Amino acid sequence: MSNAENKISYIGLVKNGIFSENPIFKVALSLCPAVAVTSGVKNGFMMGIAVLFVQIMVNITVSIVRKFIHPKVRIPSYMFIIATWVTVTDLSMAAFARDVYAQMGLYIKLIVAFAIILTRAELFASKQKVTPSFFDGLGVGAGFLFALVIIGFFRELLGKGSLWGYPIINTKPLLIMILPTGGFFAVGILMGLFNWIGIKFFGGGGASGGGH
Amino acid sequence: MEKLFELFIAAALINNFVFTRYLGLCIFFGVTKKMDTSIGMSITFTSVMVISAALNWIIYKFIMIPLGLGFLEIVIFIGVVAGFVQAADTIMKKVSPGLYFKLGIYLALITTNCIILAVPLLNVSEGYSFIESIFFSFGAGVGFSLAMIIMASIREKLELADVPKAFQGLPISFIVTGLIALAFMGFSGLITL
Repeated sequence: MSNAENKISYIGLVKNGIFSENPIFKVALSLCPAVAVTSGVKNGFMMGIAVLFVQIMVNITVSIVRKFIHPKVRIPSYMFIIATWVTVTDLSMAAFARDVYAQMGLYIKLIVAFAIILTRAELFASKQKVTPSFFDGLGVGAGFLFALVIIGFFRELLGKGSLWGYPIINTKPLLIMILPTGGFFAVGILMGLFNWIGIKFFGGGGASGGGH
Repeated sequence: MEKLFELFIAAALINNFVFTRYLGLCIFFGVTKKMDTSIGMSITFTSVMVISAALNWIIYKFIMIPLGLGFLEIVIFIGVVAGFVQAADTIMKKVSPGLYFKLGIYLALITTNCIILAVPLLNVSEGYSFIESIFFSFGAGVGFSLAMIIMASIREKLELADVPKAFQGLPISFIVTGLIALAFMGFSGLITL
């Protein structure tokens, strides 16, 4: 019985991260990568994977050490845990995915400063056991990945007429979509769309957060 | 001297951190609802930016390079920034409570700003000298302040506009930012570095 209940709540956690608390479209934290690396699906996907990995590992680590960390020094301690895992990701990507890393190396390093990772560590992992923390990290990371891939999908399709580097449309593309400007437009319009769907089909509660 | 000025202009306008490098967006959208807060943030941010870039440069050059710790740059830079912000917070509270009351809340937010970490990382990867990195970080600070002040003045007007419900708040701000970014593209031919 309790086992079944646990299972449902785990799925709920993952769903929560992807839809109702989507880190980019709903909670509006960590917006930089949403614009910066989404000029193509591939870059968005790789960035999403990197964030997913860091978020899960940070949640697990914070959850394991939560009883040893004095509440007064918890934020600096979390920062160091995050920085450690980001260094791991950064060095691994530099070794195994050179072409992607050459394009967005700086943004991989900046995962440290993404508010979403610290927020989840502070709000969730520091109070929960290891397993729920893992699923929370999975959900939030997957939500992030989902958002980046969606934005990348539209920007690459419209801006280059291709997907994952393979040509799809054979017309002259809208160059503006892969420029910075197009990134802001794409995120704004998709965010509005998410809100509109929220208002239309789930009644209210669509307005996204203030942004931090 | 000419090179320094070019670096400053490049960091502030041509490669503006918000509009062409898309960094610091969280803070950018968070504090630009009001002019007062964005001016407060600009002052705090620019000063913290320059000092922390200088600190990081010194630590990188004289501690990390001799010890071969270059690969720990992320951990050490974020540590220095967080430590410096905490120290500034404590010192300001003691020395000038008036200033702390005005600007203290922005200090806490700065640690989660990507630019504060991106500038030391760029200083290292571009191999800037001490003076160059100071000018570069000052340019980054001024560019960010400029972006925030432009955005705040537009958003104050936007409060009165009739925006569709689904686009209220962040979505419309993103679109406005896109338009400003379009204008900033005009700076791109100003200097060729």
